[in-house]
Amino acid sequence: MAVASVETSIRTGSMTRVFLYLVLILFSLFYLLPFVVMVLNSLKPLSEITGGNMMALPEVWTVEPWISAWATAQIGIEPTGLSPYFWNSIKMVVPAVAISTMLGALNGYVLTKWRFRGDTIFFGLMLFACFIPFQIVLIPMARVLGLTGLAGSTPGLVLVHVVYGLGFTTLYFRNYYMAFPTELVRAAQIDGAGFFNIFWRILLPSSGPIIVVSVIWQFTNIWNDFLFGASFADLDSQPMTVALNNLVSSSTGVKEYNVHFAGAIIAALPTLVVYIVAGRYFVRGLMAGSVKG
Amino acid sequence: MSFLKIENVTKSFGPVEVLHKVDITVEEGEFLVLVGPSGCGKSTLLNMIAGLEEISSGEIYIKDQPMGGVHPSNRNIAMVFQSYALYPNMTVAQNITFGLEMHKVPKPEREAALDKVSKILQIEQLHDRKPGQLSGGQRQRVAMGRALVRNPDVFLFDEPLSNLDAKLRVDMRTEIKKLHQNLAATIVYVTHDQIEALTLSTRIAVMNNGYVQQLGTPKEIYDTPANIFVASFIGSPSMNLIPASVRMEDGDCFAETTNSTGDVISLKFPNPGEALRAYNGKSIILGIRPEAITDPEGADRHSKNIQTVKNTAGVIEPAGSDTFVANTLGGAECVARMRADAEVHFGEIFDFAINMDKAVPFDPENENRII
Amino acid sequence: MATTLARADYRTRLQTILPKLVLSPSLALILLFVYGFILFTIYLSFTDSRMLPSFGWVGFENYDKLFRLRHWSVAVSNLAIFSTLYISICIVIGLALAIFLDQKIRGEGVLRPIYLYPMALSFIVTGTAWKWLLDPGIGLENTMHLWGWDSFTFNWIKDRNNAIYTIVLAAVWQTSGFVMAMFLAGLRGIDNEMLKAAQIDGASNFQLYRRIIIPQLRPAFLSAFVILAHLSIKSYDLIIALTGGGPGRATEVPATFMYSYTFTRNQMGIGASSAVIMLMTIAAIMIPYLYAELREKD
Repeated sequence: MAVASVETSIRTGSMTRVFLYLVLILFSLFYLLPFVVMVLNSLKPLSEITGGNMMALPEVWTVEPWISAWATAQIGIEPTGLSPYFWNSIKMVVPAVAISTMLGALNGYVLTKWRFRGDTIFFGLMLFACFIPFQIVLIPMARVLGLTGLAGSTPGLVLVHVVYGLGFTTLYFRNYYMAFPTELVRAAQIDGAGFFNIFWRILLPSSGPIIVVSVIWQFTNIWNDFLFGASFADLDSQPMTVALNNLVSSSTGVKEYNVHFAGAIIAALPTLVVYIVAGRYFVRGLMAGSVKG
Repeated sequence: MSFLKIENVTKSFGPVEVLHKVDITVEEGEFLVLVGPSGCGKSTLLNMIAGLEEISSGEIYIKDQPMGGVHPSNRNIAMVFQSYALYPNMTVAQNITFGLEMHKVPKPEREAALDKVSKILQIEQLHDRKPGQLSGGQRQRVAMGRALVRNPDVFLFDEPLSNLDAKLRVDMRTEIKKLHQNLAATIVYVTHDQIEALTLSTRIAVMNNGYVQQLGTPKEIYDTPANIFVASFIGSPSMNLIPASVRMEDGDCFAETTNSTGDVISLKFPNPGEALRAYNGKSIILGIRPEAITDPEGADRHSKNIQTVKNTAGVIEPAGSDTFVANTLGGAECVARMRADAEVHFGEIFDFAINMDKAVPFDPENENRII
Repeated sequence: MATTLARADYRTRLQTILPKLVLSPSLALILLFVYGFILFTIYLSFTDSRMLPSFGWVGFENYDKLFRLRHWSVAVSNLAIFSTLYISICIVIGLALAIFLDQKIRGEGVLRPIYLYPMALSFIVTGTAWKWLLDPGIGLENTMHLWGWDSFTFNWIKDRNNAIYTIVLAAVWQTSGFVMAMFLAGLRGIDNEMLKAAQIDGASNFQLYRRIIIPQLRPAFLSAFVILAHLSIKSYDLIIALTGGGPGRATEVPATFMYSYTFTRNQMGIGASSAVIMLMTIAAIMIPYLYAELREKD
């Protein structure tokens, strides 16, 4: 893990250590509690939630809320469950992640190995684009998507996510390729490899870790996005987050909390799985996005 | 017909000129070493020969063909890098033949070439390994193999030995020299190590601050350095530089300086030229190599111009084969190189034998050698 | 350079053109979709656009209206409260956890991912979970009552004066683990020899942290501050999911203000001007930071 390099040489007494463990465990409860309680309650019938204690284990275990959340719950006006929106999200995330990572890799390659006058300005422009508040582009984006006929469509959302993810992917690959020895590129040039050959044969085979970082970062961000989905999607392209919000905040009928929780967990599952499987790359992505290099 | 010709080449980064009008001609089979401190422009010059950096003005010719605008891969050169620059994801065999593959050489020919080169460098057993599994010396060989297999007109070496430990460096130095002699290859070699320059080269270009300070054979560079920079950069310990003044007497020409006790010492120049005579009454810097200041028994027997002077012996540093004795001449710190068993003690007045055949006078103002 | 290019071979020409060719799609996208759009929004903020963009120039009228809107000043002061608390609590918790975790804790490998996982969740999911935990009818308050603590009340989410603090709570829950990771990385980068030297000099653990270690975490503090400030100004999803800006306008912030004025209240000119103010605030924080970071590199 990126963080776990050298242990401190500071010593602590045994009383202090008891205190340390106590605080650390309390905090882990704080972080775990909401999610654990959500999982428990998603496996209860509704009556146990409204009439009972949220901390209690289910008296009757049921997967009914999960089935409902996935397949039959009322979202907006249709009783479709979250499943169509789950696929909407997938159809949006996969191309957006692939395209932005590919472009980011090429940008990083050029910015470090084919430097030219003005490349720092280019990079500065890309970098600042990472941090703009998206509110500043909402109005013109809505116009442009409308004019090009992409409004409310998955390709439209893919475009939006590629554009606003490009800064980060470029940043990742640039920082990674900065440390890649330029002599290798020169050797390959003398050997007669061209621009793309050098990229494919020399750089890309050594880029595994940063590709993982970039893919995870983009996947998490795009999957979790709400603002663009809420602004630019219609029923056929709405992503998971928007559908979940519709499910949870719909004011009609009884609030089926257990179904809401099941839905929330379904929405969180892909990114959680990524986090559990590739946690250290996830952390590296977060770090690279904050402390550059 | 010259093989490699560097004509009036300059390099500027924006308004800053880092390499000034360099002119060097290299004949076929020559081993040219570019040597100088870091930042002197030697690597820039090498990269320009390779086509990896643009030339700001001037031209480089290889076999009389101008190289401006010619892609590195079309110059028929090969380069060995300081870090070896082996492709980490490829095996040794793939590393060596990558260039041939890029030049669309058919596979059977590539393999024949690989076998031939591997035999020369004794790396046949390493073909399937990745660079990460090789020792420093093995990587060095593979990097040379990658250059050899191309059968280029000119080999370029960019500090290829600086990442090796001391012992391996000496071994590889010998191998490179052997390779040069066996293949009669034309080589341009960059280093900051003056010993490498002296041992390997047929000719040396000493560079500093973007200027070629002197271009000549190792012997010329060592015995008759063109200026104070070359004198102090080449040789270890470096040449003693003694403030002195010129005095003419009865047609003989003397350098006058002082010893540690303040007594005047007169050293007679064996064959003073016109230029030196013109310095009569003026100050000069007298350059004398440490091995030209010895104990009287250790002095060169063939030299007729050994002059013995009395001086105080300073710190004594036995170094096995020799003993270095610090002393002061004309107020400057000097080093004498004596026999290992010279009977000399710290602080005593001792006879120092100075070989004036090897003395080189410099102008203190422009720092050039007075010819 | 131009002369050498003129007689350059095919390969050399190609390799001078290709890199720029490869960058150009990205450059075009960024110039149009980021900088072009920013200019367009700035322009709109000076027009009388309402439901749709229109181009009647009105000068600073929108800004004038904006700053006189009670709704906007509520949003700004909410953001001020939210970001101050959010940033400082995250940094305190993050630093404390990092220092504690750095004491050769057994089970660090288990604890660390637990602290960090909320960062992988969508704010919408976080909002859903906390909305219900904080709901007095079925959440924490209800649980405490069932456990016999009848006097326990925790109804901030329904309370105009306190609702903003629930946003802080949920946001801290989500990101404080990440701040911990940043500080931990900083701590692990500190030279242990120096700590040993200070211990030999007789420094107590407290002095060690106060005088030697924490001052060296300056870059981590700076990064944490910048990232958190940036997140807090942008935050929209969490508020929508947790409170929807309510009760009343109690948790309205500039991000929600902009959205509702632009898309539901048909006051696009005012919406645009609020977005410009948000951009300027972020730029004031980010540009010096990015400039310093880029300069260090070169």
